Parts: sequence; C-alpha cells; structure tokens
Amino acid sequence: MSEFKEIAYNGLWKQNTGVVQLLGLCPTLAITTSVVNGVSLGLATAFVMAASNGAVSPVRKFVPAEIRVPVFILVIAALVTVIDLTIHGFAEPLHKVLGIFIPLIVVNCIVLARVESFAAKNPPAPAIWDGFMMGIGLTIVLGILGGIREIIGKGTLFSGLDLAFGASFKHYMLTIPDYHGFLLAILPPGAFLGLACLIAARNWVEQRKSKPTPTMGQDNPSGSLKPAH
Amino acid sequence: MSETIFKHASKTAITLIAFALVFTALLAYVFNITKAPIEKSEAEARMALFRQIVSENMHDNNILKDQISIAPNDLLGNKQATVANRARINNTPAAVILEAIAHDGYSGDIKLLIAIKYNGEISGVRVLSHKETPGLGDYIDIAKGNWIKLFDGESLKKTTSEKWAVKKDNGAFDYMAGATITPRAVVKAVHQALQYFEANKQTLFAESK
Repeated sequence: MSEFKEIAYNGLWKQNTGVVQLLGLCPTLAITTSVVNGVSLGLATAFVMAASNGAVSPVRKFVPAEIRVPVFILVIAALVTVIDLTIHGFAEPLHKVLGIFIPLIVVNCIVLARVESFAAKNPPAPAIWDGFMMGIGLTIVLGILGGIREIIGKGTLFSGLDLAFGASFKHYMLTIPDYHGFLLAILPPGAFLGLACLIAARNWVEQRKSKPTPTMGQDNPSGSLKPAH
Repeated sequence: MSETIFKHASKTAITLIAFALVFTALLAYVFNITKAPIEKSEAEARMALFRQIVSENMHDNNILKDQISIAPNDLLGNKQATVANRARINNTPAAVILEAIAHDGYSGDIKLLIAIKYNGEISGVRVLSHKETPGLGDYIDIAKGNWIKLFDGESLKKTTSEKWAVKKDNGAFDYMAGATITPRAVVKAVHQALQYFEANKQTLFAESK
C-alpha cells in the first residue's frame, strides 16, 4: 500500500476517530441529532485538522519540544476561530445550530493528537492528508450516527439541509409518513446507544475479517483505548 | 552554563512570540473581512424574525434601526436593559416589539419576542430560545407547532385578566396534555408583557435619542 493509501485507510477505518480511538466524544454524542448537524461539524473538524496539520508540519523543526503544546494549541485555536467566523458570516442559521460546538473543536483532543503524533513528525503533504482523512473518518461516523438518531427519533432524514445551503434545499428532506418519532433516540441516551451499535458493528466486521487466524480476543488496532474527555 | 539556559529560554520565548504574532495577524485579517457579512447576516436573521410577527403593511420604517433601550422590569422578566424595536407608518406608531423572559418554564428561561400593536392587540409572539424537553414542551417553538399563534390578535380587552391562563387553570388558552408548565409560563409572560405595554405605552413610542 502506498503511503497515502495507508493514511486514508488509517483515518477511515483502522484508527477511526469516532469508533476506534473514541476521541472527541463530546461533539460526537451531543451534536448528532441529525445528519446535517453531524456532517457539518465533522467537515468543520476535518478542515481544522487538515489546516492545523498543514500549518504545523512545515515549521515542525523550528518548534522547541518544551513549547510545542502551547504552539500547537495556538495554531489550532486560531484556525478554529477562522472557521467559526466564516460560518457565522456565511451560514448564520447553521452557526446557530452548531453554536458552542465549533469553538469547542479547539479542545477536541483528536485535533491536538494528530498534530502531535503525525504532523510534528512528517512532511506537509502526508500531514495534511492525514488530518483530512482522520476528519473525514469522524465525519462519516457523525453522519451515520446522526442519520440513525434522526430516522428513529424524528422519522426524517436530511432535515435542516436548508440551514446550510439555503431555503431551496428544503424539499430534499425525507419524511417517514405517520411516524411520530421515538424521543429517546434524540435525547442523550440515544447517542450512547447509537454509538455503541456503531462500535459493535465495526468490531464485528473486523473480527469476521480476521477469522482465519484463531485469535478471537480483543482486536484493537490502535493499541489501547484512550478515554476521551 | 547559565548562559546557555538563558539563550535557550530566549530562543523558546521568541519562537512562541513569533507564532503568536503570525496567528494574531491572521485572526485580525479574517475578523476584518468577515465583520461585514456577520453583521449583515445577523441583521437579516433578526429582520426575518420580525417579519414573522409584524406584517409588511404595518410599517414603512426600518424596524431594526428604530429602537429604544428599556430598563429592566419585573413584568418583562429581564434583569438587564433590553431593546424594543418600533414599527411606524408615516411616523405614526403602529407596533412595538418587546423581548420578555419567562423564568418559570420546565427547565431554564424561555426567551420571547412579542409584537404588540399600538391598540394593545398582539401582532405575534415567537420563542427566541428555550430549553424545554424536546418532543414534549417544545411545541411552543414555531418550528415544532403552531401553538404560539394562539396569541395572535389577543389583547387585555379581548381576554380578561383571570382568563389569561391555560385551560387547565380555567383560562382561555389551549395546551397539550403532558406539558402544562411550559405553556403556563409563556401565557403568563405574554400577559405581563401586555400589562407592561399598557403602563408604558407613551414612553415606548417616544422618539429615540
């Protein structure tokens, strides 16, 4: 596998942020009440990760080890603020929905984790690709989780598309007729249950793949499960 | 030895300062170019809200600009000065838009925007923000239901004081079973806003400045 392919595989599947590394659970659980919310925050995170990896990687040799964390946080915080201002200026309704979770990307440990563990050791091109792919991996999880919660909880799919792209997109919303919603899926417990199902599904696929080898124990490619804030 | 430490420390400090400067400059630049679009989209969002509760033929002035600051008042439930916007036709007062807060909702404050016509009739009410239970108490939000439109055309004259309550409390206002506390709080807040309007009608429409 070429380097870039491997990075993509890492980000999307092997070390997926949402269901393997379990980093950044706060937005994962809180914002995924619909597909649009989840994907929007995921894309914002992906963009921040690509940009912060890209900003740190070229200057990695000039940053003394003692101050690398403050410098990284500074870079990430500045980029997040840029995104926040941009969304606020050009997609006001979306800004209202995502609200506090955009500034909170700063403290999402996945962003700092990729800067620290990848961008600080690799050249710019792979670093940007890594940040982007990790972010897309998260986006996919947020999108699927948002979709599950939206269908079960509200009986709709793609509601709120007009918030991001303008009123003409409103009719893309799908509605299950005569379904009044199962409130639990929208409330916080639904987020935990949904995420648990996704993690289980991923583990199941991973275990089926490795069936020929009789090691059926805990199969965890990322090493150890790190608890997220 | 101490000299190398000093040298190392200053190099570290300078690196950090350089990063801070570069990214502060970047932020200042982005802030500058997004300032106008942000102000514009915020004004648009506010105007879109106003348009829901004050119809086009009720004003020919710029409602956003025609505002007056009002002192905190118990009837409005606010603790800080708020802004009231006025709608006029040919400089004759037509309606005022008040912000009110209901503190006795099921969870947290319910912020309301209430438009009252000059004759004391409600032109429209909208919920600005609330933390009521999703799927249960959130039907006060226009996005979830039309309940809030019950207030259109209401006034202190049309509905007597003791009837300003939900039907469960022998009042005139409908509610949905299972969530009575939320509408009760909203009805009370709207009622109080009307009382505030009657008591301060003249000052509310006073010329600004």
